Parts: sequence; structure tokens; C-alpha cells
Amino acid sequence: MSLVLTPNIPDPDGFYDELLAAHEGLDKAQSDALNARLILLLANHLGDRDTLRAALDAARRAAT
Amino acid sequence: MVATRYETAFKLYPYEKVAAQAGPVVRHPVVIIGGGPVGLALALDLGRKGTPALVLDDHDGAGLGSKAICFAKRTLDIAHRLGAGRPMVDKGVVWNVGRVFHGEGQVFEFDLLPEDGHRNPGFINLQQPYFERFLVDAIREAQAAGAPTEIRGRNLVTDIETFDDHAILKIDTPDGPYTLEADWVVACDGARSPTRDRMGLSFDGRVFEDNFLIADVKMKADFPTERWFWFQPPFEGAGQSALLHKQPDDIWRIDFQLGWDIDRDAELDPDRIRARVDAMLSSQTGKVPDYELEWTSIYTFQCRRMKTFRHGPVLFAGDAAHQVSPFGARGANSGVQDADNLGWKLDLVCKGKADQSLLDSYATERAFGADENILNSSRATDFMTPKTEISQIFRNAVLDLAGQHAFARPLVNSGRLSVPCVYDDFPHFGPDALNGPARTRPGAACTDAPVENAFLLDHLSDGFMLLALGFDTPPQDALPVVHIAAPSPALAERYLGDAPRALYLIRPDQHIIARWPDYHANAVTIAMQNALGKAAR
Repeated sequence: MSLVLTPNIPDPDGFYDELLAAHEGLDKAQSDALNARLILLLANHLGDRDTLRAALDAARRAAT
Repeated sequence: MVATRYETAFKLYPYEKVAAQAGPVVRHPVVIIGGGPVGLALALDLGRKGTPALVLDDHDGAGLGSKAICFAKRTLDIAHRLGAGRPMVDKGVVWNVGRVFHGEGQVFEFDLLPEDGHRNPGFINLQQPYFERFLVDAIREAQAAGAPTEIRGRNLVTDIETFDDHAILKIDTPDGPYTLEADWVVACDGARSPTRDRMGLSFDGRVFEDNFLIADVKMKADFPTERWFWFQPPFEGAGQSALLHKQPDDIWRIDFQLGWDIDRDAELDPDRIRARVDAMLSSQTGKVPDYELEWTSIYTFQCRRMKTFRHGPVLFAGDAAHQVSPFGARGANSGVQDADNLGWKLDLVCKGKADQSLLDSYATERAFGADENILNSSRATDFMTPKTEISQIFRNAVLDLAGQHAFARPLVNSGRLSVPCVYDDFPHFGPDALNGPARTRPGAACTDAPVENAFLLDHLSDGFMLLALGFDTPPQDALPVVHIAAPSPALAERYLGDAPRALYLIRPDQHIIARWPDYHANAVTIAMQNALGKAAR
């Protein structure tokens, strides 16, 4: 399983909306905690270590 | 002048003047510096094999204080091989269940040995002085049966000079100094190893900026025999984490993580310690039970090791060679594994049956073990004491999720408890010609299994041997053969997998050298030569 870097989310605007909505009403610390939980949940769902490593790598590279 | 650095819990080898202190300098095959768990286990192993070993210790027994309390199954299996296991298991507190708390709530519980068919439990808790005493008892028993072992108490090594093929040791005693020589010296003199310092050898690694307070308390309490670990404990003054663990004699080990910037002397004030302990115990029982402070100590720790554990005629073992954090019980347990690895090699070299280059395999194999322990121990420490804001955020996210979802529980790390390393791809092992279970592949320590009314461990010796499983007639080889015609289902699952029969070649430390689906004398001979480091010639 290689990391998907082409569009893969149906209704991207809807998803983005839900992501922001999940953080609504949270302060910075609560939001950071939510993000951390989300990353762990998604990482476990993926499971594949090579894909996870590719995602970590892609995230680091994308920093400006 | 031999200074007393600490009180002893048991006087095990009182000072006695020996003739060598006055006469000509005596050369010994093996001198072991330090009579702790590692030095004593090594002396016992060598003595049982008939190789003389002299243990020098600057005290006359086991130091006061529980110190190492958690002895792992592998250590108990080794002690069983050495004839010292039973009293340890009888005296020790057996435990398998651990609970992890975060603040007020329990996150989850775990069972360390969900598998049947082992002689020894996953872990026992036993104060280090008892562990040492039982080893000395076994040495005394071996001596009575003729083992050439000697322990000299209050013999302080003050200098060491090394040559290609021997070392000269200067020793101080209550009756003054004397000199002796040794073909081989094994330094088992602890994390602050004076031998290492005297030889100017480095000991590099990572210092963790944290202080831990140990309070061993004596009380009659009906807490279950489990390991309880708190992240961010809810009771006052407990610091970032806390541990409660039972030992024999109604002693409970309590551990508080205090952080880096503390006033050591103030924190060791008994009143202050009692306030902490009161808060912890009353949080569990609703009131403060009667207890006595038995032993207290503050420790910091490092994860580090020597570059190599062999320097000519001097070998380093245990904490002298490598140091880890206490999380995971990888200190004394790994030191006993060092002794286990070194004993048979030193024995064969002393008897002229193997080249001294075999001792280099001690250094490389145990450095690999030390690296694995340091890695596990560092990771546990990073989880328990997050070093940055984001690592704290992830740590707490793991704990929050672990309470609700099983997936996050394997990420919780309050110490990965000691298991022996597998010497995968090391030169003295192989081949693996059986398509067998991974846990018993070459390089692994023999895992136990039921055999009739006893266990596999009871059938294994402490020399080289063949284990023949499922053969109608046992192979006739120069090596002793343990023949089990009809393996129990658990034994078959652990050693055969789908194979109808298997032949294992096993080292004296009960690590598996090689395995085959059938017996071929020539293949066994080649693997044996390789295990002894003779193949390259």
C-alpha cells in the first residue's frame, strides 16, 4: 500500500468543513489534543508502517 | 584500610585471612570483581563446570536495601539451570497482572503471561539481597560437592595492571595489602565500576534529567499482588508518575517521579516522604494504614554502555558494562544474562577447548543485548517523561484513547518488561533448516514447555546438547541427546510447528544454535564447530 497523494476524498469541501467543525469551541490546548487523538486514530486505521513513514516524510517535506 | 560504603542485609562471606596474603603471588584462572547478582551467578556457573573462580568483594555480604526487585522469567530459567531457582520462586512474590492509571481513572490492565506450560512465572518480585543470598547458598552447596569456587569478603581491589595474557591485581584487606594474578578478570563491580575507571575506559550515553524517589514501606495491606502504575497520579506530591509494587516480607515498593530541579536532602526527609506515602495510600484505602519506612533512596539514571565489553584479559559484565533506566527491569536481569553468556565460553577457554577469540562473541552478543535494553528503556522513559510540549500532547492522547479503545493500549509504555534478546544473524548460530516457529529460531533462548509431568527446562543440561523431538529412535551422536518421542501439544506448537519432527542443537546457555528436520551427523558437527568459532580456520 503506497501513500495516496492524489485526490481521494469525496466532497472535499464537506470534509474540510467537518474537520473545522470538530475543533469548534475548543481552545488551543484542546485542539492540539484533538489533533493528536485524530492522528493516532488514523494511523492505527492505516496500520501499514511503510505508508505511515511515507506520510510522516511527506508532512515534513511540505513545511514551508 | 577497607572502608564500609554501605550496611549489609546479610553477612554472606565474612572476611577470613588466607595464606596467599603472606606467601608468593598466586595466579588464578578467573578472578571476578564484585559479589553482586552478576558476579555470583558467573562464579556459580564456572564452579559447577569445574573451572576455578575467585570472587573479590569489598564488603562481606549483600548490601542493605531492596534495589533490584523484579526478576524476569529468563533470569529464573537461568537460576534453575544453576540450581538456585527454587528458593527464589518460593520466596518471591509472583505477579502477572498490571494496572495502568491516568489521574483518577484506570486506563487498562494487562496479564504478562497469558500462556500455560512454563515452570517459572513471568516475573517475581524479590529484594536483591535475597537473590544474592540464594546464589551464595547454591555456591556453598556446589563447593561442598567439590566446586573450585572461593569468595573473599572485604577484599578491595585497589589497582589493576593488564598484560596480553594476564592481569595483576593489588588488593587491600583488614590485614593489609597483597597481590594476585589472573588469567582472566571479570569486572562485575557495578555502574560506577572502579575497574572501568582505573583502566580509563569511557562509558557514554544519555543522561535523563529526572529524579525518582523510592520508598519501601512495610505494612499489612490487602492490595492485590499487581503492579500499579499511575501517569499523573491524583494524590498530592506524587510527581509525574508513581508505582506501587509488592515484595516479600510485607514490603511494598513505592516510586515517585519528582522531576529534575529538586532539593535532594529535603526530599529525603522522612516526614516529607511520609506525607507523600500517606497521600498515596489513603487515596486507595480512604485512610492511612500503619506502615514503617523500610528503605528510601533518590536516584537519577542514565542509559549508556561501554564501546566493547572485552579489553584483553578483562571482561566487563552487568551494570559495569551497561546501564539502563529501571523501567522494564532490564538492569539485574540483563546482567544475569551476561553471566549466562560468558560462563560457558570462559570455561571452555580456560580448559583449552576453545580459542580465546570465543570471548569476543561474548562482547558482541551482549553489546547487542545491551543496545536492545537501552532502546526499550529510553523509549519507556520518553513516554513517561515527555521532553517537549508536543510529546506530552501525544502521550496524553494515547492515554485518553487507551481507556476507550484497545488499539491505543500497546502504545502505552510504562516499561517494556525484560525478555531475552534473540541473536539473529550472529555468526555462531545457524543454520535454520526447519521451517519452524519463529520463537524457537536459532539465536533464541529455549522457551519452556510441558514434558510429561515436568517441563522442558528440567530435561536440558548446562552443556552442549541435542534436542530430538518426534523421532522414533534417538540419533546416536557424540553429544548428549534429549529425546522426546511424543511431544506435548504445547511443546509441538513451540518447537515443531507443522513439522513432524525436529532436531535442535543447543548451547550451554540454552540458546538455540541450529535446527533441522532430520539428523545428519555432519551437519551437527559443522554447526558445533561454528558455535565454537572454529569454522573459519
